Amino acid sequence: MMEAREIVIIGGGPAGMAAALAAHEAGIRDILILERDAALGGILQQCIHNGFGLHRFGEELTGPEYAERYAREVYAKGIPYALNTMVLDISKDKIVTAISEERGVFHIQAKAIILAMGCRERPRGALNIPGARPAGIYTAGTAQRFVNIKGMMPGKSVVILGSGDIGLIMARRMTLEGAKVQAVCELMPYSGGLNRNIVQCLEDFNIPLMLSHTVSKIHGKGRVTGVTISRVDENLRPIPEESQYIPCDTLLLSCGLIPENELTKSAGIPLDRVTSGAIVNEERETDIPGIFACGNVLHVHDLVDYVSEEAALAGKAAAGYVLGKTKRGTGITIRAAGAVRYTVPQRLSTNEAGEVRLYFRVGRVLRGATITLTCGDTVLLQQKKRHMAPGEMECLVLKADIVAKMQDTVTLSCEEVAK
Amino acid sequence: MKYDVAIIGGGVVGALTARELSRYDLRVVVLEKESDVAYGASRANSGIVHGGFDPIPGTKKAALNVKGAAMMEALAADLGVTYHKNGSMVLAFSEEEMATVRKLYERGIANGVPGISLLTGAEVLALEGRVSPQVVGALRCVSSGIVCPYGLTIAAMGNAMDNGVELRYEYAVDRIEQKDGSFSIYAGEECVEAAYLINSAGMYADRIAAMVGDDEYQIIPKKGEYMLLDRAEGDLCSHTLFQVPTAAGKGVLVSPTADGNLLVGPTSVAIDDRECRDTTVEGLDYIKQAAGKSVADIPYRQVITSFTGVRAALVGEEDFVIEPSKKNGRAIHLLGIDSPGLSSAPAIAEEVASLLRDAGLTLTPKKDFNGKRDSYHVFGHLSDEEKNEWIKRDPSYGHMICRCETITEGEIREAIRRNPPARTMDAVKRRVRAGMGRCQGGFCTTYVAELVAEENHMKPTEVTKFGTGSELLTGLTRGGN
Repeated sequence: MMEAREIVIIGGGPAGMAAALAAHEAGIRDILILERDAALGGILQQCIHNGFGLHRFGEELTGPEYAERYAREVYAKGIPYALNTMVLDISKDKIVTAISEERGVFHIQAKAIILAMGCRERPRGALNIPGARPAGIYTAGTAQRFVNIKGMMPGKSVVILGSGDIGLIMARRMTLEGAKVQAVCELMPYSGGLNRNIVQCLEDFNIPLMLSHTVSKIHGKGRVTGVTISRVDENLRPIPEESQYIPCDTLLLSCGLIPENELTKSAGIPLDRVTSGAIVNEERETDIPGIFACGNVLHVHDLVDYVSEEAALAGKAAAGYVLGKTKRGTGITIRAAGAVRYTVPQRLSTNEAGEVRLYFRVGRVLRGATITLTCGDTVLLQQKKRHMAPGEMECLVLKADIVAKMQDTVTLSCEEVAK
Repeated sequence: MKYDVAIIGGGVVGALTARELSRYDLRVVVLEKESDVAYGASRANSGIVHGGFDPIPGTKKAALNVKGAAMMEALAADLGVTYHKNGSMVLAFSEEEMATVRKLYERGIANGVPGISLLTGAEVLALEGRVSPQVVGALRCVSSGIVCPYGLTIAAMGNAMDNGVELRYEYAVDRIEQKDGSFSIYAGEECVEAAYLINSAGMYADRIAAMVGDDEYQIIPKKGEYMLLDRAEGDLCSHTLFQVPTAAGKGVLVSPTADGNLLVGPTSVAIDDRECRDTTVEGLDYIKQAAGKSVADIPYRQVITSFTGVRAALVGEEDFVIEPSKKNGRAIHLLGIDSPGLSSAPAIAEEVASLLRDAGLTLTPKKDFNGKRDSYHVFGHLSDEEKNEWIKRDPSYGHMICRCETITEGEIREAIRRNPPARTMDAVKRRVRAGMGRCQGGFCTTYVAELVAEENHMKPTEVTKFGTGSELLTGLTRGGN
């Protein structure tokens, strides 16, 4: 007989744990969290800097502390979890195939599944940086694991490509460990990271942030000996005349995160081309009824606090699905337009969904913007915002009465107001 | 201790020669200057087993290519290496090019290449829907195939070692002395003595030849850049799609690889640096532009890595040089083994054995020679029940390390321990693909580094990417211990 579970949660990071607690809160006891690492907590385990939990707990915690708060609750509620267990496959009919040392290869028939696998970093190959292939090129997250978990230094003299948050955090971390961080280069004319990280991790340590710059060549035979960095033109192509050589032994890459949706794809769940995560409704339910997604596997969040919040929605909704309480309606599609790159959710199940928090990101820096939600020719909601940037996740609260006015398709757009 | 035969260079030719000699009652050693086998031309090339219609009839290249290609399927099966007879096409996009294609067809017939035919443009498009509709015809060769070049080399060396051959890593030969019917082969202070010497040093074969006294050869490195796309694009085409060759080489190809990725490249540029691994903007732009002629809409968003290989071309000689030294008949030189070197390698190995016999070496077949070797990828192909048997015996087969390629701790430990042993991160990657998937080692690097250190009894800070000088780490953190 195949093992059966009411809810199987794939991933025991902040999303998976928050989803499990919400499902438990909603009355489900037959839950199993499957985690591939040796402990709950996910990537937070290696994020030993502070700044987590300001929204959720009203205080600044380190990553491990934030994770610990959720993990303690998981232990206290007795929610089952399996560590060192890697999910290999999920099927349309919700059979989960996993492998572990203790159990070997095994299968679980789930009533509901919550996808909470997180994301991975974009590697060098995907960036196609020309030059040599020496040792000393790491994604920022790999370097973070070496330093914070293993106590080992991946380099002494560092250039960082990409100003994503992990890159900024690692610029400070490597500096504190005695390495010299020469520069952070960012291809775009704006940073992909949070403003507070630019201030606290670069400016406070006099590390230059070189916007509209990229690494145009890597040098070195055995180990990296230097990089050539170049200013880029409006088409983001390096300008050879505006290049300089920086000697270094390490290049760290922080050039974006990619939701890890291989399992999602193998189950046949449609993905959003922009987020690279599943298309979901306000309950974070995917196109397969009973399969939900939350956290960075759905779309890359800026703060873990919002991951927890979203995961709680998914956990509660999965419980509702198991208990047969899921609302079904004609469905509303939310379209992103103008500077809005995407929205999550991309759909609503019904205009009786009640209050909905609509998350989105813009594709460029906007100073003095108008956010507009329309349905046909009707403007449902309009708000002004002084500053918006691609690095920050935006949220628009849609009250129940606004949601009730929606039909078929609504459009969210953002335009810069003329100065 | 004196060996019967020392083979200098652990590329695909050296490894297959070692395996061929391991059939006989001989003491054989392979001297490799790098931290792993397959580190020169065998590391990074197109991985094509050519049919053999390209070389000029009557040349060694023609004879050995056709013979080697015919041996490849059975050899790959014996060595547990993936080989697909996917077939190839040389695409013509004008009547002029079609004239060249017809010449290649004639050449193929003269060389005795099996399974070649001429196709019309419509026939090409019926077989390969993504080929540019401007195609006017093609030479099709169904006997052509694809194989992983370093996988074949590693497996051949492993099988040779299983049959008694010894392998020395990081043994960079810098001096050879000849006396009393033997060669003293030095790397710094170290010395290996052997009665016969095979020079399969690839990029450095001219220098080894000069150490024996034959100083008339000159190798010129030719570099080729490639782009490798995600497996999601591995079925863009099923044949290897060549363009009409020019004086510069076989041109840019689009091909599935034996591992299921899509390969686009190479460039072909003569350079100075025999160790070159650099990719360039110009090179990659050229590949995109050139490949666009064959397939217009290759999704370069799916590129997971780009790389450069070097091939050892011989100055003033188009054909392979496979012959005894003019100074000492007990040294056999193999020079200028550029394309179709991989396709010819199984036949070259037999040729070398025959030259050794001619030079006076007695080849007595070994009774216990076992030419079969298990693939590294046995575990991944087992049924759930079989996997569970393995995990029960050794739980580390249940611990997933590389998420993208789903490689377990047990498979990585096995790859490190088996012949030829893996001492570096790249050596592990090339054996079991850990770190070769879409995250390119982002998650598993720290875990694999620990296993490499533990199995090889090294400190973590001694682990390298590909040998001395490519250390992963520079030391410990302030609180690290």
